[in-house]
Amino acid sequence: MSASLLTIEDLNVSFPGRSGITHAVRNASFTLGRERLGIVGESGSGKSTTGRALLGLVPRPGIVTAQTMTYAGRNLLACSEREWQELRGRRMSMVMQDPKYSLNPVQTVGHQISETCYLHLRTSREDARRRTIAMLEAVQIRDPELVSQLYPHQLSGGMGQRVMIAMMLIAEPDLLIADEPTSALDVTVQNEVLRILDALVRERGMGLIFISHNLTVVSSFCDRVLIMYGGRIVEECAARDLNNARHPYTRALVAATPSLDVPRAELATVVRDPAWLQ
Amino acid sequence: MTDTLSSWLTTDAPASRRQAVLGNLYRGGTAILRNPTALVGLIIVALLLLAAVFAPLLSTYSPIAQDLPNRLAPPSPAHWFGTDELGRDILARTLFGARVTLTIVALVSIVVAPIGLAVGTVAGYAGGWVDAVLMRITDVFLAFPRLVLALAFAAALGPGIENAVIAISLTAWPAYARIARSETLAIAQSDFIQAAVLQGASTWRILFRHIVPLCLSSVIVRLTLDMAGIILTAAGLGFLGLGAQPPTAEWGAMVSSGRDVILDQWWVATIPGLAIFIVSLGFNLLGDGLRDVFDPKSA
Repeated sequence: MSASLLTIEDLNVSFPGRSGITHAVRNASFTLGRERLGIVGESGSGKSTTGRALLGLVPRPGIVTAQTMTYAGRNLLACSEREWQELRGRRMSMVMQDPKYSLNPVQTVGHQISETCYLHLRTSREDARRRTIAMLEAVQIRDPELVSQLYPHQLSGGMGQRVMIAMMLIAEPDLLIADEPTSALDVTVQNEVLRILDALVRERGMGLIFISHNLTVVSSFCDRVLIMYGGRIVEECAARDLNNARHPYTRALVAATPSLDVPRAELATVVRDPAWLQ
Repeated sequence: MTDTLSSWLTTDAPASRRQAVLGNLYRGGTAILRNPTALVGLIIVALLLLAAVFAPLLSTYSPIAQDLPNRLAPPSPAHWFGTDELGRDILARTLFGARVTLTIVALVSIVVAPIGLAVGTVAGYAGGWVDAVLMRITDVFLAFPRLVLALAFAAALGPGIENAVIAISLTAWPAYARIARSETLAIAQSDFIQAAVLQGASTWRILFRHIVPLCLSSVIVRLTLDMAGIILTAAGLGFLGLGAQPPTAEWGAMVSSGRDVILDQWWVATIPGLAIFIVSLGFNLLGDGLRDVFDPKSA
C-alpha cells in the first residue's frame, strides 16, 4: 500500500437546527491510500455526509470541524473556495447516486463531459472532444461519437451512470468518491457499472471511497470497509474479514443479509444498543 | 404533394435531426392554428408587423405633413380615418405609430429580460444576505403602481422614446427577477448543479452556463404575456406627453391630442385608441395561446 492520500482525524459535521444541533458525523478518523475503501451503514448513518465533507460540499448551514484533514499533503481545512474549485474534478471527484438527476437535462452528454476539460486542462475544443470520445470509450459506450451528441433523457440508467463516471474521471483525479453509484440502477446493470468502475480505478491506481448500504457488493469490491452507525465509525476491517467482524452492529448487519445458500423464513433484525453511540 | 409533405413532417420516426426539428415546428404551428384565440392573436400581431414594415407603402400621406385648410376632416375616401387638428392623415399616423410601439416593445424586452435574469438568478443562487438585499430592492419597485413609477422616471429623465424605454424597463424587471429567483431556487437544489460544482466549475460559470438557460423558457413566456402591459404603459406615457415627442406619430400622444375635440370630431382620438386596444388584445391572445399550446401540463 502506498503512502496515504487522505488523512482524516476527528471529523465532525453538525447541522444547527430549530431543535438543537444534529450531529451527522462524530469523531470520524481514517486514512486512505491508493486503495478501495468501502463505507457501509444504514440510512442516516452519515456515510454520504462524510463523503461530501471530504469535497467541501456540506450544504449550508452544516459545520465541519476536524483535527486534521489533509489530501496529498494539502490542508483541506484551510482551502479557499478558489482552491476547492481547483481540487474538485481535477484531484478528487464524486459519482452521485442517480444519473437521472445528476446530468443537466438541457446539455448534450459530450458538452458536459468536456466541461471538466475546459475547466481544468484548458484544452482546445478539438482536444476536449477527442478526450471526451476516448473517455466514453473507456467506460465502454459502444458508439461514443453518437452518444456524445445525445441528451441525458435519451440514455438508459446504466449508460447515464457510465457517462457520469466519464465526466468525473476525465481530468484523471487521484481520488474518486462513489456515493451509492449503483443503487438507482437495476440489478443486471449494477454489476456492469461496478466492473467498469473497478477496471478504471485499478488501471489508474486511484483511491476510491465506495459508499453503499449493500454489504455484499462492498465486501466483494473493496479492500477495506468502514462501518458507520449514528455518525460514528464503529468498526474498520478488511473486506474479506467482514464475516468475522467483532462489533455487534456489524455482526447484526451481516446476519440480516439474505443468503441463497441458507434460506430463512425470517431475516434477523438489528437490535440497537444505545451504548454503541457512546 | 401536400399529403406527402405533411406525412414527412409528422412521421414518428424522423430520419434526420432537421426533419425532427421541422416536424416539431410543424406540430407546434398546427396546434396554434387549431387554437382559435392564438390564431386571432397571431393574425393581429402579424398585421401589426406588416403595418409597421410597409407603413410608407400602405399610405400615400406623410405622417407629419400638415394640411391646415383640411384640418379635422371627417373620414372620407381621401382620408379613410379623417385628419387631426393639424390636417395630418390619421391612417398614416396610426400606421407609422405601429413602428414606435414595436420599437418600444422590442427595446423593453431586450433590456428587461437580462436585468431580471441577472438579479433573480444571483439572488436565488447566492442566498443569504445577497438574496435578502436584492429581493427587498425588488419589493421596493413592486410596491409602486407600475404606471405611476414609470411616470416618475420618465418625468425625471425627460421626455423621449429612449427615456420612455428606460422608464418602462425600470418598472418591468422586478417580475422577471421574481420568476428567475424561484426557478433558480428549484434548479440549484438539483443534483446536476452539484455535479457541476464537483467538476470544479466556478459560481459564475454555474450561474450563466447551467442556471440561466433553464430559467429562460419561463422568462420568455412571461415576456409574451407582458407585451400588452408594455404597450399600455408606453401609450400612457405618450398620452401624458412623456413618451415620443411631437411631431412623431405615437398612439398615446394621438389620443391625447384628440381629447379636446372628442365630442365633435370623435375620429381623432378613437382611431389610435382602437389601435392600442386591438394590439394589446392581440398580444394577450397570442401569449395565452402560446402558453396553452406549449405548456405540456395544460394539455
